[in-house]
Formats: sequence, structure tokens, C-alpha cells
Amino acid sequence: MTSADDAFVVFDHVQKSYDGETLVVKDLNLNIGRGEFLTMLGPSGSGKTTCLMMLAGFETATHGDILLDGRPINSVPPHKRGIGMVFQNYALFPHMTVAENLAFPLEVRKMGRAQIEEKVARALDMVQMSDFASRRPAQLSGGQQQRIAVARALVFDPPLVLMDEPLGALDKQLREQMQFEIKHIHERLGVTVVYVTHDQSEALTMSDRIAVFNDGRIQQLDDPATLYEKPMNSFVAQFIGENNKLDATVEAVEGELCLVRFDNGETARALAVNIAGPGSRTRLSIRPERVEIGAKPDFNSVEARVLELIYLGDHIRCRMEVHGNTDFIVKVPNASEHAALTVGEVTTLSWRPEDCRALDAE
Amino acid sequence: MADRAEARDAPVVAPIGNKQASEAKMSDASANGGPVLAADGTPLKVSLRRAERRLRLRAFLLTAPLLGFILLTFIAPIGDMLFRSVENEIVADTLPRTVEALKDWDPASGQAPDEPVFRALYEDLKVAVAEKKHTQVGQRLNYEKSGISSVFRKTGRRIKRMDPDKPLKPQFVNADKDWGDVETWRVIKQFSPRFTDGYFLAALDMQRDAQGVHLRDEKDRIYLTLFWRTISLSAVITGMCLLLGYPVAWLLANLPARTSNLLMILVLLPFWTSLLVRTSAWKVLLQQQGVINDLLVGIGLIDDAHRLALINNQTGTIIAMTHILLPFMILPLYSVMKTVPPSYVRAAKSLGANDWTAFWRVYFPQTIPGIGAGAILCFILAIGYYITPELVGGTSGTFISNRIAYHISVSLNWGLAAALGSLLLILVLALYWAYDKIVGIDNVKLG
Ligand SMILES: Nc1ncnc2c1ncn2[C@@H]1O[C@H](COP(=O)(O)OP(=O)(O)OP(=O)(O)O)[C@@H](O)[C@H]1O
Ligand SMILES: [Mg+2]
Repeated sequence: MTSADDAFVVFDHVQKSYDGETLVVKDLNLNIGRGEFLTMLGPSGSGKTTCLMMLAGFETATHGDILLDGRPINSVPPHKRGIGMVFQNYALFPHMTVAENLAFPLEVRKMGRAQIEEKVARALDMVQMSDFASRRPAQLSGGQQQRIAVARALVFDPPLVLMDEPLGALDKQLREQMQFEIKHIHERLGVTVVYVTHDQSEALTMSDRIAVFNDGRIQQLDDPATLYEKPMNSFVAQFIGENNKLDATVEAVEGELCLVRFDNGETARALAVNIAGPGSRTRLSIRPERVEIGAKPDFNSVEARVLELIYLGDHIRCRMEVHGNTDFIVKVPNASEHAALTVGEVTTLSWRPEDCRALDAE
Repeated sequence: MADRAEARDAPVVAPIGNKQASEAKMSDASANGGPVLAADGTPLKVSLRRAERRLRLRAFLLTAPLLGFILLTFIAPIGDMLFRSVENEIVADTLPRTVEALKDWDPASGQAPDEPVFRALYEDLKVAVAEKKHTQVGQRLNYEKSGISSVFRKTGRRIKRMDPDKPLKPQFVNADKDWGDVETWRVIKQFSPRFTDGYFLAALDMQRDAQGVHLRDEKDRIYLTLFWRTISLSAVITGMCLLLGYPVAWLLANLPARTSNLLMILVLLPFWTSLLVRTSAWKVLLQQQGVINDLLVGIGLIDDAHRLALINNQTGTIIAMTHILLPFMILPLYSVMKTVPPSYVRAAKSLGANDWTAFWRVYFPQTIPGIGAGAILCFILAIGYYITPELVGGTSGTFISNRIAYHISVSLNWGLAAALGSLLLILVLALYWAYDKIVGIDNVKLG
């Protein structure tokens, strides 16, 4: 974690409202370290772009401070902040060639001709687009435009680069390739990157830390593994990766674990993560790959009926009914020791209490 | 349309570009080298054409009324105008024998023609006077040489008293001594062909006399001055419209919807009031005892003796026309600005450009299509404007169209009016061409 003192970017109790009636960003606190790759992840309308725009200077915070390198930047106009930005639609200037686009930030900084040419060439080289210098943006493919947009945001050596869903318009394969390229550029240059996406796999692949946004708040801020393994609330559990949810009531809390009772009267043990206490409602979260077929000692065991089988080659996706929930997914490895399941069959499922996280009921 | 046709043709066209594919796919067609056949054995091209014929016929019938309307009310009058500007049949029709007889006469001889020509003229005029057409010829020729009109009128009255058995030349010269003048005959001979460039020469302030074609004296040049004034004032008006309209269009495109709708109504409001009313309102505002002068005197900016002449001169024309043409600049600008995403300016600023640089290097170039469209629209409208210059232009602020109107309704010299109109049309087309060469007409976006 980054402490407030050596953080490069600090959001300090930031709020934002566009219309004076609803808060789009509610009390945002976030420290971003120097050289970090931080991703803002969240569903549409959760306020990610708004946060980025406040940082870039195109929106003003309704309340709170934003600090860049220790200095509040609320009163600094956008063009003096020195923040590189990659826009959702790239925003490459259509009337300029690729080279002119890249030269633009250097020209407004009044650099010399020779230096500009050298830097532009280097930036084009970095994104492997040297052959396209004299093309217009309209003559480039989506992926090529995206590279140029990244190169343009980096060409003037800003210490901080913001990217707002830069890969949103690309197809899956290209997107994965660009994810690696952006990641490598980040590692090579050591710039701080704030990256916005609503694609969770993109966030997991690229980020040092991920801030999960919902409803104008950061729900959880952690590195990808922690976020996936240890979601702190139901929204995060549901939003990141595949998740099985079971609603229940807390019976008793026993140290780290707790005893919960399902609506059909059966009980189970779960890791007490985010519950109010005995008698309160909770939502259990279990990753599909942590569920096993067959009874195991010390495991929670439950009867389940097979509703649907989907053959996926390396594993079989199995939809089951568990405690009245008909959307319970289990991934059965396609291995010889596993007997074939049939639709309608009743079998026993089991999982470790530690893999079953009791979270807020939402 | 072209795209669709291409897509449909693709299987047929492909074999031409790709020999191997053709042999694989259409072995029977390429085997005998004949055309590609449709399922029922008719050549594919024929059946395609047949299938499209109905579609095309229906499309044509649907647009036929409009085409007819345009042809009748737009193309035909323009054609008529172009024709009238060179048409000159009246001399040859009214004086056919004279024209024939004059063929052998050479004006360079310095002598009026001989008896046979006068005999022919006598015969022609007898018919013309009976049909009362001699005054029309006189009037037509009077455009070229003033005085001829009265020669014909006078002779028309005397023709009955002439004695065809005696030599006619002295009798004609006696009726009007101009018949003895070489110049009269030179004009008649010059304008006896059925087509003439005389109107165009006149419209360009040129004349043809014994020495050939040359410009009139500086003080007699009316039309060139008017053309120049029309072009330069239209350019000034277009410039003013751009200057005033650009910020308004920007506001329209960037304000929140509710405010911008209100502003749009204000922009369109002039369209809903009569042109005449608006122009008259400018009279009230701009005249020497008008609102603006009163105001300026009132706040002491000018004294009462030196009230500004804002109307019945070029200033009046510029002010009133700028106001009237402003929407034609704002609307295309607005529609273009509406399509420029705000992210471009934001991107420019994030790259370090200040407000001015972001505007000038990023926003402005992307609005050029709108500027082009607005400027062309304003300029072409201004160049042909009539009513406003007529009402507020006085003598120094009138346009070429006012002169055209004068020739159509007052002097009845339709040929000259047509020539002026044709020149105006040519001018507009030339400007359009120049614009296409310099800026590119694809760069114009009207909406
Ligand atoms: N200029 C604006 N005026 C008023 N409301 C706005 C404006 N921009 C955004 N909002 C509102 O603020 C909320 C958050 O918007 P924001 O653009 O930050 O979402 P986002 O997280 O970036 O979503 P997405 O993933 O779809 O881009 C939305 O409810 C949106 O309607
Ligand atoms: Mg967004």
C-alpha cells in the first residue's frame, strides 16, 4: 500500500455532482504511487471517467482535493498539468498526419525542429508504427490508431498517463495483444498509469492494483490476486470473475468462521468476512473452481441436482440446483477419475469453509 | 447505388479478375467462353438488367413530377435567359430584303449604300409599318446607337407618302438625314445576323465601332463598376457574417440543450418575419434621424451636425445584408461544429495547448467545411440579392441585380438584362470552380 506521504496522486475526500442533486462520485479517497499501474474498474456509469476527467482538469471536483506530486491541482488549468491522456475514441486530430499528431504536444512546448523529429521517431518506433508517419488517422485501423494515441500521450514524457477505456473498440485478439504492449511500455518507461476499463479480465491482466468502482464509491482497492481470491463484498465477488452466490442467515460467529442457515433449514460454515452478526442476512460467495464433486471430511457438503451440462473440452461446466439456487455453477475437470454426470442426477458437492466467504447481503 | 450494384455483380465480376476462380466456379461459362448464364439459361446480364428495369422505372416515375417541375420552372428559364442574351432575330425578321441587299455593301467604303438597298428598305418598311413592327426594330437598334429609334419612327410616318417610281435614296435622306450616314447603316449591317455578342459587349462596358471592340471611356463604365461593387460588397458581407456567426454557432453547438434551443429560435426568428419588414426596420434604425444616430448623439459620441450616414449607401447595404444572411452562415457552421467531439479540444489541452492554440490548431481546422459551406451560401446569395440593396443601398450601394431588374422592368432591354444575368451566372460558376480548386468542394458540409 502507498501511504499518503509518498503518493504521486492523491484523491482526498473528493465528491462530484453534475446537476447539484445526485453525487456521481461519493467520497473518493485514493492514493496512487509513483510508477504504479492502477486500474479503475466498474460497471457503466459508476463514475470512472468522471474521476479521470477531474484528474485531467476537464471537470472540477465539487468537494475535496486532488494532489499531484504533493501539490493541489484544483486551480491548475488542464494544459499546465502535464498529464498524458488516451481518450476512449482516441481523439487523434483528423486533419493532421500521424507525425503531426505526435509533434503537436512538442510544438506547443516550443521544442526545436530536430528534437521534435527525433522524439516523434522514437515514439513511433516504440509502438512499431514508423512506417505510418505520413498517414492520416482515418487511414489507420482501429488498433493502429490506438497505438498512435498511446504514443501521443507519451511522446512529451509526462510522469502520469491516463487511459480511458483505450481498448474498448478493438476486437478480442487485438485487445489482448495491446494489453501486453501497453503493459510493457509501462514497465519500460516507468510512468504512472491510471487506466479505466469495465473489462475485468483486462484489469486483472494489466494492473498493479485495481480500484473497483460502483455507485460512485471504491468498493475495494487491491492487487488482482487479492481482489479475486478475497473479495470484501458481494459486489466485488460478483463483478470479478465467476461467482456462485447463496443467500442465508447468520446463526453464530465462531472466530474466523460462522455458522449460517439457508432458507431451506440446512446449515453450513463459512468464512466470516463482511457480516453484521447473528440474525443478519448474508450472501455466501464460492468460486466455481473451488467446488468439488463428492463428500470430503471437514468440507461443507450438500445435495445438488444436475440441471445442465456444457462440454468445454478441458472441463465440463455444470449448472446445478443448490439450496434452491438454480444458477450454481461447478467446473468439473475433464479427467478420468471423474465419473460422468447426467442431467437430473442428484450428487453431493463439497467445498472448504474457508473458500466460502460470507459477505454483505447487498 | 454503385456499391450495391458492385456487390450484386461480385460473383460475375470476380472471374474476370481471378482466372483460376472463374474456371473452378463457373466451368461451363468459361468452357465455351460465352457470357455467364442465369438459372433459366438467359445471360445473367440480361436478366439482371430486366430485374432492375422495373425498379428504375418506378424510381423515375416517382421523381418525374419534380423533374418536370424543375425543368419547367428552373432549367427552361435559365436556358431562355442564355438564349435571349445572344438572340437578335428582330432585324433579320423585319428587314429581310435590306439585310440581303446590304451583304454587298462595305461600311469601310465611307459611303452610304446605293439605290437597291433603299428600295429593299422601302419594301421591308412598308410591310413593317403595316404590322407596326418598325418601332421595335428602331428600339432594338437604339441600344447600339442612340437616335436610330426616332429615325425609324419618323420614316415610318413618311413611308406612305414616298413615291416608289422616283429614286428612293433622296426621299429617305429627306425623311431623315441619318439615312445618309454610314454609321446608321453600319449598325444595321452589324446587327443583321440572327445572333449577336452585342449584349455581352454592352454588359462588359465594351463597344464595337469602326475601330473594333474596345472598352468604353472610364466615366461611361457602368456595369464593370457594378460587378466589382457587387463582388467586393458580397465578400465584405460574407466576412462580416463569418465574424459574427462563428461565435454564435459555437455557442449553439456547445451550450446545454435548453439554452441552445432558445438561442436557435433567436437565430431563426428573422426567417419568420418578412424580408421587407426587416429591411424597413433597418431604415428606421439607420436613418439620419433614426434610432442609432439619436443614440450616438444622445450619449455624446457624435454631435448633432455630424450625424452618420448609415443608410442609402454601401454601409446600409452591408449592415442590412449581413443581418439577413447571418442565419445562412450560422446554420452550416452549427451543423459542422455539432459533429466535432469535445474530446479533440480536450486532447489538445491535455497535450499542453492553451485555449487559443487548441482552438486555432485543432478546433478551427475541423470547422473549415462549415465555413466553406456558409461562405459559399452567403456569397452566392449576396451576389444575386436585389430587394435589400434596392431599399437601403441608395445609389452607391446597389448591386448588379438592381440594374438587371431595371432593364427588365423599366428600359425593357431584356437582351442586356439576360446578358448581365448570364455573366452573373458565369461568375458564380467560376467562383464555385475556384473554390473547388482551392478548398475542395468535398470539404463543404451543409448539414
Ligand atoms: N457531463 C455530464 N453531465 C451530467 N451528468 C453526467 C455527465 N457526465 C457523466 N454524467 C453522469 O455521471 C455518471 C458517471 O458517469 P461516468 O462517465 O463517469 O461513468 P463511467 O464509469 O465512465 O461509465 P462508462 O463505463 O460507461 O464510461 C453517469 O450516471 C452519467 O450519467
Ligand atoms: Mg467512461
